Amino acid sequence: MSITLKDVEHVANLARLELSDAEKAQFTEQLNAILKYAEKLNELDTDNVEPTSHVFELVNVMRDDVQKESLPIEKVLLNAPDEEDDQIKVPAVIE
Amino acid sequence: MTTNKYETVVGLEVHVELHTNSKIFCGCSTEFGAPANSHTCPVCLGHPGVLPVLNRQAVEYAMKAAMALNCQIADVSKFDRKNYFYPDSPKAYQISQYDQPIGEHGYIDIEVDGETKRIGITRVHLEEDAGKLTHIDGGYASLVDFNRVGTPLIEIVSEPDIRTPEEAKAYLEKLRSIMLYCEVSDVKMEEGSMRCDANISLRPYGQKEFGTRAELKNMNSMRNVQRGLEYEQLRQAEILDAGGEVVQETRRYDDASGKTFSMRGKEEAHDYRYFPDPDLVKLHISQEWKDAVRATIPELPDARKERYTSQYELSSYDAEVITSSKKLADLFEESLNYTKDAKGAANWIMGDLLGYLNANNKELSDVGLTGQGLGEMLELLGKGTINGKIAKTVFKTMLETGKLPQQIVEEQGLVQISDEGALLAIVDAVIERNPQSVEDYRAGKEKAIGFLVGQLMKETKGKANPALVNKLLIERLKS
Repeated sequence: MSITLKDVEHVANLARLELSDAEKAQFTEQLNAILKYAEKLNELDTDNVEPTSHVFELVNVMRDDVQKESLPIEKVLLNAPDEEDDQIKVPAVIE
Repeated sequence: MTTNKYETVVGLEVHVELHTNSKIFCGCSTEFGAPANSHTCPVCLGHPGVLPVLNRQAVEYAMKAAMALNCQIADVSKFDRKNYFYPDSPKAYQISQYDQPIGEHGYIDIEVDGETKRIGITRVHLEEDAGKLTHIDGGYASLVDFNRVGTPLIEIVSEPDIRTPEEAKAYLEKLRSIMLYCEVSDVKMEEGSMRCDANISLRPYGQKEFGTRAELKNMNSMRNVQRGLEYEQLRQAEILDAGGEVVQETRRYDDASGKTFSMRGKEEAHDYRYFPDPDLVKLHISQEWKDAVRATIPELPDARKERYTSQYELSSYDAEVITSSKKLADLFEESLNYTKDAKGAANWIMGDLLGYLNANNKELSDVGLTGQGLGEMLELLGKGTINGKIAKTVFKTMLETGKLPQQIVEEQGLVQISDEGALLAIVDAVIERNPQSVEDYRAGKEKAIGFLVGQLMKETKGKANPALVNKLLIERLKS
């Protein structure tokens, strides 16, 4: 499997990244190099190994259904680029 | 009708908010209608460096719901990130479940036109809700309220087993009823605690392959789901009739016009790039845990309905209506602790109670009626302490005040007059005042007695024992 220029453009678009032609070429090459390196793992027999979704052995980390204090509204809005009526104001996204 | 040529195929995706006290991955409150952004914290706002911690109650509600929908519960489940950019999602991903949902391979039975039909449930998975956007400035800007972000949701995906808009509605009603019985959600479509998207396609009868489907969104009531599907069914049939092709797309239902409109700008196919969320560890669901959760599921509507028709001989329709709401069914059963007249209890619930609630746009919790009140009233009726007419007054007073029937009867002096001597005096007075009717009756116009009974009831403010009045009147008139 190898990464094409089209794949890079697609993923960049999904991530809302604007790349120059030079960057696209560079990332295509780098991503392919990374994949090729990772391919080494294919030399191992993993037939009887469960896919790893997490590196910790830990399971079932949960909390009780108890309310905790939320942030005061001033702090919530500290990171808002713009606000109105205690809400975060953003450019409209047309569906 | 063009639709006769085509078979409609519908699959529904239903989101149900679980009514936990706190959010799924943080301690913020899930209360509905709080001031904007007052229930947010670094975790649900998606600040860098924070860690989500799973709410055990949310998992148990999801398990309970999935079990009630006859799903197999996973032994191992996990959470994945669903990546997309939209202002309602501060992290730019939603924590959801991709390939290891809580439950799979379930079903529910629905009833349409007296026929029972089984609808398959593909999966039930747990995820977090997104925020709420309000569009302002003529559509140039949006305001974001993140209170709802992180409210636990289950998504219930049906198999494409639904064939008509009516079946879709029946499926939703049954889902809602099961969720209410399980007490995992208040499932109010109007408040958004139950939401439904629909996939709908048409195919010529006999064809095996599905046609191209459209996905409908924004149908915020059961009625709108039915109307949206009806419209879409017609729209697709017209396209196919004209030799055209249905475009696979997402369409928004517009309540005002009852039509669906294409939501443009989604040309890029959905590519959510799911991957396991590294912030959350796996969920191992042991048999003991499953058993403990299963033990909390009450008798579900289908089982109750079956019991009501066999044990109490209610009609299938009455049993269906009463069991569709757990509160209604509980009221019915509570009343049977005070009376043996199950059919009477069902009739009063179906008639006077539901009639009153509909006419006044109220819910059962808004009125004072209790099972005890209903049962005791039926006993007073059975013993002849009150008659049917008085019972109507007593029932209405119970709805409005919550008082018990004995108290109402005493306070308002509503005891039925069954004393022959007392009634005879009134009978004689009525006969004396209405010589014309008496003459008519004696001349063979038997209907004239109705007028006399009416006068007598008026005289006694409806409290006379009607059977006794009839008997006494006839005796007197024939003598």
